[in-house]
Amino acid sequence: MDLFFQQVFNGIMLGSTYAIVALGLTLVFGILHIPNFAHGHLYMLGAYVSFFLMTLYGFGFWPALIASVVILGLIGIVVERVVYRPLRDKPHINSFISAVGALMVLETSVIVFWGPQGRRIPNPYPGIVDVLGITMSYQRLLVILAAIVLIALLQIFIKRTTPGITIEAVAQNREGAMLVGVNVNWVSSLTFAISTGTAAAAACLVAPIFMITPTMGALLGMKAFVIVILGGLGSIPGAILGGYILGLLEAIGGGYLSAAYKDVYAFGALILILSIRPTGLFGKEGS
Amino acid sequence: MAVKFLREKWIYVLLLVLALALPLLVTNRYHFQIIIMGCLFSIATLSMNLILGYTGQASLAHAGFFGLGAYGLALMTKSGISFWLALPFSGLFAALIGFLIGLPTLRTRGSYFAISTMCFGVIVSLVAGNWIEVTGGFNGIVGIPVPSPIPLPFLGEISFQTQAAQYYLVLAFLLLTLLIMNRLVHSLLGLSFMAIRNNEVLAEAVGVPTFVGKVLSFVVANFFAGMAGGIYASLMGNISPGTASLDLTFNWLVFLLLGGVATLSGPIVGAFAIPVLMEYLQFLAEYRMIIFGVLLIVVIIYFPRGLMGAFTTLQERVQAVYGRRKEAVKGAARS
Repeated sequence: MDLFFQQVFNGIMLGSTYAIVALGLTLVFGILHIPNFAHGHLYMLGAYVSFFLMTLYGFGFWPALIASVVILGLIGIVVERVVYRPLRDKPHINSFISAVGALMVLETSVIVFWGPQGRRIPNPYPGIVDVLGITMSYQRLLVILAAIVLIALLQIFIKRTTPGITIEAVAQNREGAMLVGVNVNWVSSLTFAISTGTAAAAACLVAPIFMITPTMGALLGMKAFVIVILGGLGSIPGAILGGYILGLLEAIGGGYLSAAYKDVYAFGALILILSIRPTGLFGKEGS
Repeated sequence: MAVKFLREKWIYVLLLVLALALPLLVTNRYHFQIIIMGCLFSIATLSMNLILGYTGQASLAHAGFFGLGAYGLALMTKSGISFWLALPFSGLFAALIGFLIGLPTLRTRGSYFAISTMCFGVIVSLVAGNWIEVTGGFNGIVGIPVPSPIPLPFLGEISFQTQAAQYYLVLAFLLLTLLIMNRLVHSLLGLSFMAIRNNEVLAEAVGVPTFVGKVLSFVVANFFAGMAGGIYASLMGNISPGTASLDLTFNWLVFLLLGGVATLSGPIVGAFAIPVLMEYLQFLAEYRMIIFGVLLIVVIIYFPRGLMGAFTTLQERVQAVYGRRKEAVKGAARS
């Protein structure tokens, strides 16, 4: 039983990162309809930025995290402007190919400039606490708590503040939003900045637990897409719930079944579910 | 008749003669290997072009099917089945899996299809890396025999030990693929593929069976991808999960987009020009994928029809100008 609860704990930790990353992706993919395939790679870049800020410039963990969020937010704005905006009125497949170009550039740049080897961010909270036979490191607890705070903040931002409501207005009806004077370009930039910023935050939070490597973003980006599609395009609760479910599935499946195939389950599930519902589990018809 | 044919198609005849005489012109083994790989990747890119370029469905599982064909052929020939029997079976194997995967995934549209095929591609390479008893895990399969010799009555046999013989084998398959693709895209079926690409709802409305068309295009594309994989496995002698990697799909995507999507010459031009260019830019080897990425973005934004598309546009413009001048001269003569 201890093993089970231990895996549940790990699953929730893993799910927290998935939820944050998927949340950012659902904003961009569901609201702006941009298939940002480079989302996972921007997440990876976030971890690297924070790593270099900490090791080269002596930043503390939290200042590095905040700086990384800001820097990635800015990079997100640039990516949206350069890679996606020129293709906004073109077929979907074009922006998708453009995204593949962006992810190639991001991943290879990191490999070329900083090397392919894995790196580790020094753990700011190395302690361990033992609750009812489950080993919890402080850092893992921090990831779970920070994810909850981040999700709550984002929810308040979107539902309660004017910029957030503007984003939602564009999501509901682009032309309508334009008619009442919403600057859609500005909303695109803002949404992208939030999306990549939150991805960077997630990357910095888990970086002390896992190694950071140039390839870590590719798989995570795909998982985020799986979550977003299963949770319903543009649905924020769907992305959060989907993130936690996938995290739990992987931890428990990896613990009891074969760990080598744990990624196969997630991707296989996607193909299976899409075969029954082509627009995703909670997707709207005809989207 | 023959003269007329020569006058109209001299460029193709010249290219064919050049291709046939190539072993006499290229003596460096390394360069020759690049050309053989160019032919192989041309087949793969041509087949990707069918589903992505002509039918408008971005399949990112293409290297996955290439890998399925490669593993299929490797396992069959290693257990003693002749290459010539194993090769069509490896293509059929990829086509069958493509059919089974296409049924659910082709019901989705646009990015959803791209993501679900990408997931399948990753599954193939994950399974290839972890199913050690069959695929040899990350070490892959080594010692795959070269194609078995073809016996010829009274003349001995054609063996495939030399590079030149291997080149002719790949060239023959490339020409075969090109021929079939040419017939296909100029047929009614090919037109229905393009109708699906241009407007699926409209195509459905005028009676094109869109789902059947998409599945068919996907299956045919994967058949050729699987065959290319089979030839690759036999000529290389060893394969690994990297044979089915997403990187390979992305490479072909670059070849296809830069060469010219939805043209027959584009994929071949791309599959040859880019690797050759990369050879000349050896000092940039590290930055290769960065350059590719930037090129991909620039091309899709500014030249969505690629190199061959740009060439055709230029040709049309020149003809338009030339034609107008002719008209003007005629007009002047009349007045």
